[in-house]
Amino acid sequence: MNDSIAQLEIGEKGIICDIAIDKIPLKLLEMGCLPGKEVELLQKAPLQDPLYIRVNGSYLAIRVETALQIAIEKI
Amino acid sequence: MVSKQHIKIALVGNPNTGKTSLFNQLTGLNQKVGNYPGITVDKKQGICHLSKELDATIIDLPGTYSINPTSVDENIVYETLVNNQNPDFPDVVVVVAEVENLKRNLFLFTQIKDLEIPTVLVINMADQMLRKGIKIDISVLESELNSKVVLLSARKKTGIGSLKNVLKEYQNLNTKTVADVSERIHGHFFERISKSLPQFSTYKSWLLITQERDCNFISIQEQEKINIFKSKRDKIKKFQHKEAIYRYQVINEILKKTYFVNREEGTDLRGKLDHILTHKIFGYVIFAMILIVIFQSIFAWANIPMEWIDGAFAQLASFAKAQLPSGKFTDLIAEGVIPGIGGIVIFVPQIAVLFMFVAILEETGYMSRVVFLMDKIMRRYGMSGKSIIPLVSGTACAIPAIMSSRNIESWRERLITILVVPFTTCSARIPVYAIIIALIIPDKHYFGIFNLQGLTLLALYFLGFVAAISSAYLLHKVLKIKNRSFFVIELPNYKIPSIRNISITVIERTKAFVFGAGKIILAISIVLWFLASYGGKEFKNATKIVQDKNSSRDFSDTDLQQEIATYRLEHSYIGMLGKTIEPAIEPLGYDWKIGIALISSFAAREVFVGTLATIYSVADKGENTLTIKERMRNEVNPITGGKRFTFASGLSLLLFYAFAMQCMGTLAIVKRETNSWKWPILQLFGMTGLAYIAGMIAYQFFK
Repeated sequence: MNDSIAQLEIGEKGIICDIAIDKIPLKLLEMGCLPGKEVELLQKAPLQDPLYIRVNGSYLAIRVETALQIAIEKI
Repeated sequence: MVSKQHIKIALVGNPNTGKTSLFNQLTGLNQKVGNYPGITVDKKQGICHLSKELDATIIDLPGTYSINPTSVDENIVYETLVNNQNPDFPDVVVVVAEVENLKRNLFLFTQIKDLEIPTVLVINMADQMLRKGIKIDISVLESELNSKVVLLSARKKTGIGSLKNVLKEYQNLNTKTVADVSERIHGHFFERISKSLPQFSTYKSWLLITQERDCNFISIQEQEKINIFKSKRDKIKKFQHKEAIYRYQVINEILKKTYFVNREEGTDLRGKLDHILTHKIFGYVIFAMILIVIFQSIFAWANIPMEWIDGAFAQLASFAKAQLPSGKFTDLIAEGVIPGIGGIVIFVPQIAVLFMFVAILEETGYMSRVVFLMDKIMRRYGMSGKSIIPLVSGTACAIPAIMSSRNIESWRERLITILVVPFTTCSARIPVYAIIIALIIPDKHYFGIFNLQGLTLLALYFLGFVAAISSAYLLHKVLKIKNRSFFVIELPNYKIPSIRNISITVIERTKAFVFGAGKIILAISIVLWFLASYGGKEFKNATKIVQDKNSSRDFSDTDLQQEIATYRLEHSYIGMLGKTIEPAIEPLGYDWKIGIALISSFAAREVFVGTLATIYSVADKGENTLTIKERMRNEVNPITGGKRFTFASGLSLLLFYAFAMQCMGTLAIVKRETNSWKWPILQLFGMTGLAYIAGMIAYQFFK
């Protein structure tokens, strides 16, 4: 099992390698969260959830349950 | 006059691209907010004069990231652009993109191009290009996108003229697709689609297939054909996924040739501000401080204009009474209509101030940070971080608060938010609390600063918040609605808010509130006036009966008048109603007079004080609360022989008003927003039942 976005530490980056399409909203893909794109964890909310990420030029906040469905390769 | 041509232009774009600024620039104050039939998303339209021969209706569609709808707002965009029978179906679509996020904005653009509607791309915030080191090759971009591209800055008002020039020539716009999905994803599947439904463009059919709901604007035969394709759910998901990837490939290719950024990465303003504003301690402290400022301004600053309005309406009423020929009609105007309108207008300062703060927080980009900060906490109670905005707005008035819940994607989270918002202590409860606290809570100070009456008011605010949160928790456990809860929010760049945009927002929303809620409150205050001004035989002969009864006593004229007024009220229709419900409210410590106030304040809570003032026959000499208070204090409970407003019955009233659903306006708006009577009825009985039980326990325990 690969790492997911939820395993990133603040400031760490990864490349998205797989997305569980059944479990995450299409909207996230449409906002640019796609395989092959670089993702950086910018911040976690005070209770460790949601996560504040930068992906493909967009700044987004997603919940951890969604982040777990996006597999990455850390860089 | 020469017959003028008229076209429809739709503005479409991602949120935070300055679409509304552009709309304001194109139309000025020449706009109106309506509703889409059946749903209550604001429909903003305005007129823009393009030339002597050509006028355009500009339709500002809600912000969206894609044509595939995930919320009520986004569904509007889908239905407007996909259904060419729609009365709002545009002749031209203007896609508003922002210079920094061009890539993501182009996603939506390529989707719309595939619908083969004439489309113009506007790249907004062009004034930022130099500072951010961005260069765009417009002529190459135009040929790559088969479209006209206009660089402009809606805030700095540059480039608006060139956009208008392009729109004038709308007949020459290219309708060729940019990223033809049908060929690249799965040719065979899409070939079958276009063969089966030759009357639609392939992409339109594809959009119809991907929607979960059936759509109401195509024929049954067409829907049947669509359903055949729809059944292949797994395939569709995969293709949608592919479509997104493919579109970004095309966009990246195009941008490689046309979009150049020369920017040193580093800690920018966004990073620094985010670090403080979403900090695990400072983040909450700053949010709390902002809330305090908002409350302070709603309750302290808005008070001054509210007093003016109050005074002005009182004067207007007595002026009408003095100037118009006396009679029933004048009474209706002076006692029914004018106070009724005054009852709405008096809340305008509070609501405008609140709207102003919400608009500023949204424009600056801070609101998204609060949503980010609060999401986890709110989720425990079945709500979303986005529920914070309605809950804060609810302290002014539940009606606009409920309307602001529309951007919550999950229906379940949105419904729970709508259901619990009316528990927050709205401004209409304040006058009721104020008078009862003054009656039953001693005016004592502790440690020099804490005033017991003030603390009680604070406790009531807290109680409202606790009631909202705990009922949300209960609903979260009980509601059997399955709804994919998902949550994505964009954290936009910080911006200095534009005064023009904020003033337009405040004016438009306040207008919508006054006319929306106003109609209902006005209608009910007229009905109440009728019920209080007519009655049976005793009502008609009140003067004679009272005079006869008191002929032996030495009454001054005013006292006699008051005695007559009280007798009249008792025998008016509303008095009869009060008598009828008396047995039901006796366990709470109330009599028929309070019963009348309860019934009349069902329309709006603040009516309570006014009704009591009439009932306790205070001659209306302006706002003399001392007299009302004294009258209420002297009121005797005939059964116990003691005071009517004891600590027990007063506390019972406070709790009743804290919990009960006594607001027709809120019920009406909940019906509109949930599109069903089920939820407002649940609120009415649930909240009022809780209020009854709490009031009864308090009275029985303390009496």
